[in-house]
Amino acid sequence: MAAPEFEVPQFKEQIEIPKIREGSMSHVKSFVSPQPTQEFLGYPWELGEDWKERALFKMGDLLKKYRSLRVFMDACVHCGACTDKCHYYLGSADPKNMPVARQELMRKVYRRYFTLPGKIAPWLVGAEELTKETLEDWYSYYHQCSECRRCSVFCPYGIDTAEITMAGREILNYAGMGQKYSNEILTKVQKIGNNLGLPGPALEDTLAGLEEDIEADTGVPVKLPMDVKGAEILLVTPSADFFSEPHVESLIGYAKVFHAAGASWTLSSYASEAGNFGLFNGNYETMRKVALRIRDAALELGVKRIIVGECGHAWRVAYSFWNTLTGIGFDGKDPFSIELQQQLDHRYPQPMHICEYTWDLIQQGRLKLDPSANDDKIITYHDSCNVARASRMGDEPGGQFTIPRNIIKAVANNFHDMAAETIGEATFCCGGGGGVLTDDLIELRVKGAYPRMNALNNVVQEENVNFMATICAICKAQFTKVLPYYGFDRSMVGGVHQLVSAAIKLD
Amino acid sequence: MPTVNIAGKDIEVDEEGYLTNLADWNEEVAAYLAKEEKVEMTDSHWEVVNFLREYYNEYQIAPAIRVLTKAIAKKLGPDKGNNKYLYELFPYGPAKQACKIAGLPKPTGCI
Repeated sequence: MAAPEFEVPQFKEQIEIPKIREGSMSHVKSFVSPQPTQEFLGYPWELGEDWKERALFKMGDLLKKYRSLRVFMDACVHCGACTDKCHYYLGSADPKNMPVARQELMRKVYRRYFTLPGKIAPWLVGAEELTKETLEDWYSYYHQCSECRRCSVFCPYGIDTAEITMAGREILNYAGMGQKYSNEILTKVQKIGNNLGLPGPALEDTLAGLEEDIEADTGVPVKLPMDVKGAEILLVTPSADFFSEPHVESLIGYAKVFHAAGASWTLSSYASEAGNFGLFNGNYETMRKVALRIRDAALELGVKRIIVGECGHAWRVAYSFWNTLTGIGFDGKDPFSIELQQQLDHRYPQPMHICEYTWDLIQQGRLKLDPSANDDKIITYHDSCNVARASRMGDEPGGQFTIPRNIIKAVANNFHDMAAETIGEATFCCGGGGGVLTDDLIELRVKGAYPRMNALNNVVQEENVNFMATICAICKAQFTKVLPYYGFDRSMVGGVHQLVSAAIKLD
Repeated sequence: MPTVNIAGKDIEVDEEGYLTNLADWNEEVAAYLAKEEKVEMTDSHWEVVNFLREYYNEYQIAPAIRVLTKAIAKKLGPDKGNNKYLYELFPYGPAKQACKIAGLPKPTGCI
């Protein structure tokens, strides 16, 4: 696809709040999901005559199911604290990309149909009918939110915009307007086992090739085992790690770490995906079905530990949702949940992040590292939204920020953080998260990357930074695509375990 | 589904211009798709496209980038077996642009 033409934002010393440009992003629309995909997921594929009833039914259903959603609908006082916190607003200037305005698209409909004043005197309370135009707006702007939750950090009421976006997408799906990108992925992961649609034999061929590469490179026969029954550790990682650059460099890094630790580990061809786009779409049942594949693989292989590779939202789902999705918290009487809990080794956190695993080994002195192997790099670190704001690592508050940085500092000599207001809990999204990492949204992705690119440019100018490490497959793919728009080389982004891979000395 | 007319034949493509039916592919179709992508096909481009098709026939998926670079290195020499070379040939990204010209479905996921 030849790239569409649009204006790329210019670097500034400090990000400026742009003057609003109404409707500047209203033309940006993701492709709508086709019939076979919608059918597979149990949704209609076009708006039928009853689209409005279906949309309002689903909205009522979600309001009942999720008390949080109703609170978020009621609690907003339009204080405006969120307006300049969204990377999509900062990069596009479209006022509907202010989180409060994006939410208002749903809130005005909520007032009309679900509150008494809105039913009686809609004109007094800003309540509006649900029209096709509003639904179209929902489709546009609920796919111009990456569910990164930066705005929520600054909201005095803690309103979680991501949850509203998720609800919006579920209502759209239920009415017959799904998004092609996310829904095709949700179909592939359930039919084939991963988001890419890599069948078992292709995966096997790819892993065999990587083993050859590592041995040619290091002289050491590092293995990438698959479907090994009785292995101690099951590694689930995003399928992009098998397929793409720079992702594959981190996969090689994990394999080298397991090798150095003498660990017994395996990948699974059935659960060859850590990512779970069910989260992005706000459908709990779909999210559960995708997560169950990992539980089933763990039971089938009889593993004692589950470790998750470099994937932001996978770690959120694993850390925050697995227990209630597929674990003991789902149903204390579920025999498979009980069996898995008995099978797992509870001396270790379950699940564990690959960074926690590697950092433990480094602290125990069990990895031989030569940080000078990364001396060609001056490194910064991009906190991925779902790791930063929706999970944790280790047993200290803020471990999700310190552990990846500690690893980098142990395997490399040159590290500089970006500006404090752009990292950690306040990190800016890469611009491609939450189900918008698709070519039809490239304009959104480039503009949304602006705050992160600006912060990166500042450390490039001041500290000569030439590498940005991160632990998310979406971030890696997104930056590989958008870095050149800002005048940077696409190979400037890579994984934390890519750096580990370069520094680790193997016997 | 939209169609495009290539050498007098209507061929079905998706919204992004990827062929809907693999069997519709031939060199003329590839040349047309390449032109749409503003890619000028040379022997080096054909090497990649042909390898993609062979691999797809065997595995029902495009090759991972490492598999592709290794195959190219074997055929054209180690200086060409890398991601940079592939981006020179297919500036919008080898995975997507080369797949499209080879008539394969678009790879999805976090790539």
